Amino acid sequence: MNWYVIGLQQLINGLALGSVYALIALGYTMVYGIIKLINFAHGEIYMLGAYLGFYAITSLNLSLVPAMVLAMVSAAIIGMLLERVAYRPLRSSPRIAVLITAIGASLLFQSTAQLVFGASFKPFPQAIPFTRIQLGPVFTTNRQLLIFGVAVALMIALHIIVQYTTFGKAMRAVSMDKDAAQLMGINIDRVISITFALGSALAAAAGILVGMYYNRIDPYMGTMPGLKAFVAAVLGGIGIVPGAVVGGLLMGVAENMVVAFVSSTLRDAVAFAILIAVLLFRPNGLLGKNRTEKV
Amino acid sequence: MTILSVENLSVHYGVIQALEDVSFSVQSGEIYTLLGTNGAGKTTTLRTISRLLSSTSGRVEFDGKDISSVPSYTLPALGLCHVPEGRRVFPQLSVSDNLYLGAYHRKDKREAKDDLQYVFDLFPRLKERRNQEAGSLSGGEQQMLAIGRGLMGRPKLLLLDEPSMGLAPLLVEEIFGIIQTINREGTTVLLVEQNAHLALGISQRACVLETGRVVMTGEATDILANPRIREIYLGVS
Repeated sequence: MNWYVIGLQQLINGLALGSVYALIALGYTMVYGIIKLINFAHGEIYMLGAYLGFYAITSLNLSLVPAMVLAMVSAAIIGMLLERVAYRPLRSSPRIAVLITAIGASLLFQSTAQLVFGASFKPFPQAIPFTRIQLGPVFTTNRQLLIFGVAVALMIALHIIVQYTTFGKAMRAVSMDKDAAQLMGINIDRVISITFALGSALAAAAGILVGMYYNRIDPYMGTMPGLKAFVAAVLGGIGIVPGAVVGGLLMGVAENMVVAFVSSTLRDAVAFAILIAVLLFRPNGLLGKNRTEKV
Repeated sequence: MTILSVENLSVHYGVIQALEDVSFSVQSGEIYTLLGTNGAGKTTTLRTISRLLSSTSGRVEFDGKDISSVPSYTLPALGLCHVPEGRRVFPQLSVSDNLYLGAYHRKDKREAKDDLQYVFDLFPRLKERRNQEAGSLSGGEQQMLAIGRGLMGRPKLLLLDEPSMGLAPLLVEEIFGIIQTINREGTTVLLVEQNAHLALGISQRACVLETGRVVMTGEATDILANPRIREIYLGVS
C-alpha cells in the first residue's frame, strides 16, 4: 500500500477516535471555563457511562438509543452529585485542594467500579451488526460512522445550548464574572450543576461509543482517554468550547498517524508530547488568545 | 415610605472591620447618595446590601422584607438591582445579550423586549452597537450598558456604584442626566459617588461615611453647605 493510502485510512480512523476525545474534552473545558477546575474524575464518568450503557443493553434489554439516553441521564446525575458532594464545599478553598479532591474522586470511582463491576474486562454487546464500507482504496465501518455521527450531533446540540439559549448565555456570564452574574439574578450553583450534568452526559455517550468500537470495557478504561481528552482541551485552549472539538479531532488523528508511521508503542506518548509542545509554544491553546479587556 | 433600611450593619474582612454600625434609610422615589473617600466603605455597603458580602451583625430591610440572609441571586426578582463598581459587563457577550441577562429573572419576556427598546431610547449608542461584544465598547459605553442592564431588571431600587469613575466630564454629565431621568420615571436610586458636588446636586438626601462609620446624614443641601464636607470633598474652605 502507498503511504498516502495508509495516511488517508488513518485520517478516517483518527477522526472517529478524535470525535470521542472531543466529546470527553468538552466536559473538561466547560467545567474549567466555569469553575477553573480540571475535573480529573471526568474520565471515570466516561467509564461509568460505558458500564451504564452495558447494563442497560444486557440487563434491561434496551436497544442502543434508549440505552445511550438512559446512560447519559444517569451519568448527568452522577456528575451533579460529584459536584455537590465533593467540589461545592471547596468552592472558596485554594484551587489545589479541589484538584486533589478531583484526583481522589477519580480513584474512588475506579475502585468502586472494580468492586461493583469486577476487575476484569467485559465484552461490550454489539448492538448493531458490523459492516465494512469500502471507499476506493480505503474503508470505513458503520461503527466509525455511528461514532462520528453521534459525536457531531451532540456537539451541535451543545453548541446551540451554549450560544443561543438563555441558559447558555447565563452559563457564559457565570464563566466571565460570577459576582456580576449573581447580580443579574443568576443562581450560579444551579448553572454549575447543569454544566456538570451536560459534560457528564457527553462523557457517558463517549463511553458507550468507545465500548462498541473496541468491544470491551473495564474499570480503568477512563484513565488514558481522560488524560488524552484533557490534553485535547488544553490543545484547543482550555475553557473554549470549539477548542475542545478541534483539539480532540487533532489528537485522534495525531495518535493514529504516529501508530501507522512511527511506532504503535508511542500511541500514548504522542498525547503528552503534544501537551508539552502546547505548554511551551502556545500555552493558551490553538484557539486561545490573550484578550485585553477594558476596565 | 421607606424602601430600604440599613440598621446597625457591621462587616469584617477577616479581622479587619470594614463597616461599623452603619445605619441609614432610603425613601421611595428619591435619589440617595452615599458619600465618602476611598476606603470609607461605600462599595462594601452596597455589596453587603446585595449579599455579595455577608454582614457580621445588623440587618437590611428592603420593601418590607428582611433580606439580610437571602441569596444574592434572589434580589433582582424582589426589585433590587445593583450596577457594580467598574461596570462588570460580560465582555465576550454582545451588547444585547448583556441587556437580556439583566432581565434573566423576569418571567414577562415580552415586556422585557419593550424595556430593551426603552433602554435603547435612553442610550442610542447602545442600539447602534447592540451586536458588538461588550468588551469592545469604550469605558463610557460600558457604563451605559451596565446601567441599561440594571434597568432591564425593572428595579424598584437601583444601586449605582460610582457611575462616573474614569469617564470624561462631559460623559459624566450625560450619565448623571440619565440617572435623573430614570429617577423621574419612578426608580429609587441609591448612588455611591466620590464626585460629591455632582452627586449631592441631584440627590434629595445623603449620608457621609468615614472609615466604615456614618459621620453625617441629612438633606443633600445641608451636607453640601457643611463647612467640613466642603473642605474634605469639594476642596473649598
